[in-house]
Amino acid sequence: MKRNLLRSFLAALLLALATAAAAQDLKSFEAKTTVHKLANGWTFVIVERPVAPVFSFATIADVGSAQEVPGITGLAHMFEHMAFKGTPNIGTTDYAAEKPALEALEAAYQAYEAERLSPRPDAKKLESLLAEFKAKQQQAARYVVHNEFDDILEREGGVGLNASTGADATNYFYSLPANKVELFAFLESERFQHPVFREFYEERNVVREERRMSYESRPIGRLVEQFVTMAFQYHPYQQPGIGSPSDLEAISITDAERFFQTYYVPSNLYTAIVGDVHAETLIPILEKYFGRIAARPVPPPLRTVEPPQVAERTTVLEDPSQPFYLEGYHKPAETHPDQPVYDAIDDILSTGRTSRLYRSLVRDKKLAVDVESFSGFPGQKYPNLWAVLGVPAFGVTDQQVQAAIHEELERLKSEDVTDEELAKFKARSQANLVRALRSNQGLAAQLAEYQRLYGDWRELFRYIDRLNRVTKADIRRVAAETFRASNRTVTMIVNRETKTPAPGK
Amino acid sequence: MMRFHLRVPVLLAAASLLLPAAAAAQATRAGELRYPPLPAFDIPQPERVVLDNGMVVMLLEDHELPLVDATALIRTGSRFDPADKVGLAGLGAEVLRSGGTQSMPGDALDDFLESRAAAIEVNAGDGETRATLSSLKPDFPQVLRVFADVLRRPAFDNAKLEVARNQAIAEVSRRNDDAGRVAAREFRKVVYGADSPYGRTETFATLGSIRRDDLVAWHRTSFYPDRIVLGLVGDFQREEALRLIREAFGDWQKGPAWKPPEAPYRRQPSPGVYYVEKDDVTQSYVQMGHLGVLVSDPDFYALEVLNHVLSGSFASRLFNNVRTRKGLAYSVFGGVDSEWDHPGVASLFLSTKTETTAAGIEALLEEARNLQALPPTQDEVEKARQSLLNSFVFRFDTRREVLARQLLLEYYGYPLDWLSRYRSGIEAVTVEQVRQAARRLRPEEFTILVVGPSQGMEKPLSTFGPVTRVDVSLPEPPQGGRR
Repeated sequence: MKRNLLRSFLAALLLALATAAAAQDLKSFEAKTTVHKLANGWTFVIVERPVAPVFSFATIADVGSAQEVPGITGLAHMFEHMAFKGTPNIGTTDYAAEKPALEALEAAYQAYEAERLSPRPDAKKLESLLAEFKAKQQQAARYVVHNEFDDILEREGGVGLNASTGADATNYFYSLPANKVELFAFLESERFQHPVFREFYEERNVVREERRMSYESRPIGRLVEQFVTMAFQYHPYQQPGIGSPSDLEAISITDAERFFQTYYVPSNLYTAIVGDVHAETLIPILEKYFGRIAARPVPPPLRTVEPPQVAERTTVLEDPSQPFYLEGYHKPAETHPDQPVYDAIDDILSTGRTSRLYRSLVRDKKLAVDVESFSGFPGQKYPNLWAVLGVPAFGVTDQQVQAAIHEELERLKSEDVTDEELAKFKARSQANLVRALRSNQGLAAQLAEYQRLYGDWRELFRYIDRLNRVTKADIRRVAAETFRASNRTVTMIVNRETKTPAPGK
Repeated sequence: MMRFHLRVPVLLAAASLLLPAAAAAQATRAGELRYPPLPAFDIPQPERVVLDNGMVVMLLEDHELPLVDATALIRTGSRFDPADKVGLAGLGAEVLRSGGTQSMPGDALDDFLESRAAAIEVNAGDGETRATLSSLKPDFPQVLRVFADVLRRPAFDNAKLEVARNQAIAEVSRRNDDAGRVAAREFRKVVYGADSPYGRTETFATLGSIRRDDLVAWHRTSFYPDRIVLGLVGDFQREEALRLIREAFGDWQKGPAWKPPEAPYRRQPSPGVYYVEKDDVTQSYVQMGHLGVLVSDPDFYALEVLNHVLSGSFASRLFNNVRTRKGLAYSVFGGVDSEWDHPGVASLFLSTKTETTAAGIEALLEEARNLQALPPTQDEVEKARQSLLNSFVFRFDTRREVLARQLLLEYYGYPLDWLSRYRSGIEAVTVEQVRQAARRLRPEEFTILVVGPSQGMEKPLSTFGPVTRVDVSLPEPPQGGRR
């Protein structure tokens, strides 16, 4: 007992130290951080961190696959790919000639689609419409300078150029040497002012390959697709972000235009810039380039709310792979006051070698080789899932893993967590924040995300205070509210050949 | 193109009022932009100190945040595992950490670190074993002492060996579930040889044969201060840090004279098609190529530029032609890879739907052949050089990455000013050198490895040469494998 007391004393001391450090960070961060909102609504967060002559940025668009409806699933992600295809000024040898060629291409595509999707398509007609579409595709391709947008950036020393699409947010990011902020302002404003959807139908094939690779050919991809589809019955979080195969073979330039006009409005965009930049000289450049973009109406809000789940849902996927076990529980949105409690549960259950699931399932019972829990799946903005993935040890069934996980979830409801567990969670959260501050790119992504979700980047730092207020009673309350069978969705992979492995234990 | 910014003339005028000096005409082409020079920024140089017992220490202060990180590179790794105990260094490294020390059992060590938001981890690579430490500044002295204990006085707790073995066995049992990993692994087996330390993999049998005594012997024969390079980066003062390091490691005795064992590999090419059947995927995974080069190769800089032309960017040949134009793949890449002390692999990779497997193979072969048939142009080479030089600052923009590189240079015996030489090397590369270097990729010697479904390819794989089927099925786990 003496050792335990000593340990909690040390932990408390540490907590005090770390709190002081975090508070100092918010203060010092406020001194070097500037928020600038353009008249058109685009918000910029600028952090001056001149440790090396470089900077990174992240643009987060407050749109993702949750804004799709059946027929256009996969479009948010497809748009993300198209945001690299250039503008009237980038990626073309002659836009004046290319523009009508693209219009003719789209007309040919719409004619083909109308016939293909008609109740009784005429095979001959379809064939000639397809030939016409392909001819127009070749004509439009004549003006394309492939990947010029990337080419310009990479030539000038851009690194880490990429983008990602989530269930309710789309992120665009890269880093440049510090003397090239104007290049960033030019390129980033160009692509959201007037993107040109050239090579759309070629890129659709690329995205179809991405689906084959990430969702169809990997056990985890197959598992996750079944899981989200099952967990939400009404909310669009049910749609895997990659889109349905049939929609991916149907979405068009017309769809992408409409999606862009509706959701890529300046007031829906948040950009954080971190590095060797100076707000005073940067803001006029931002005004000059991003200010070109006209304000447009705020997109319509998402109406659908997932109703409370009333019955447990279980899906068993017979698969050639070794088993995986995944279960999730509905929980509120990221901005809900209980989010820090879910983070505490996550930390205590599955972060590190001292976590409960590791010690029980991996170390002692040897039922699993890895157990990970995560909060905010598949998105953060709307009510989402707290989920746990178990990787069964060789010869162990999903059911054995399930029972052991449930034992730990029940314990959270019936007993308080220990002082050490709570202190460890708080110390670790603070240290994680400090560690996050050392990467321009990581910090930019976080600041833009907090600005999007909370309307204030400072919430990234204030969140630590919220974490510090989490109590043992909070954890029991939230565990009891959440970990109920009727609130649970289970998806498991069972090996097709050894459906019931020899009982190992 | 002026019509495009006439749409928002009012805002533009406002912007130019705000800061007349910066408000030069707004560019409509990237080529119109003019950049100020990049501020002078030297490559930070870590200090190098050799302790009396031969341990090399490198220190680089970084006072931005109250954090300290350490990395030790230890001269052991999976490459040196005995053939019947492949997996020894992997298990050894894991249990070195998880098994605790003679004064602090593994569970207590976990509690000690995690209550401080600190971490110590040990991982065996193929040519080096890497122990890392990460801690908040106030805890560093204590955590460093424990770090030294982990390296010097591990307990190798048997119970923790069983946890680690359980994980490694599960890993083996799952190794054929992901087609991309199957392709990478089997390609190395063919190119380096299935028995080569660079190609072989652990099995149920080799993992099952490893005992605690083996871990103890592994540690006893490999862990000596004169076979370790230790690096520190973060919020410390050098005198204080050196004092702590001497306290923790100074009384550790030098090891006996030692030479790393040979790690043989296949020197001849293995041309032909190698096929792994996998029916639960909708794509074929194709990797083709042969042995690559060492970092010390005379063509190294020219190959860096060549790799950039081929696949180093989103506007490279592979990306433009195979992905953007042909729409054949989402994932496509390639290049002549280098390693510090043995040849890397030179290869091209893609995954494409089953029905375009042959088209994918043809596209990669075409790109490989075109490096000679349509040799890199002046513009391509210039673009690649510019890209490498303009992004050069990102190779030393954080002190952690500077230190990490210096440790590897020290460990593998490369000059410590390698990064400056790299810049001059790239600057000096000529078009002719890049064209010469393109000959290092020899399509006629390619091993073509394909993982994919047995039905649905548009042409037989024999179109591309004699086909060898590769059996990747796992041998039955030994009885009692579950223990």
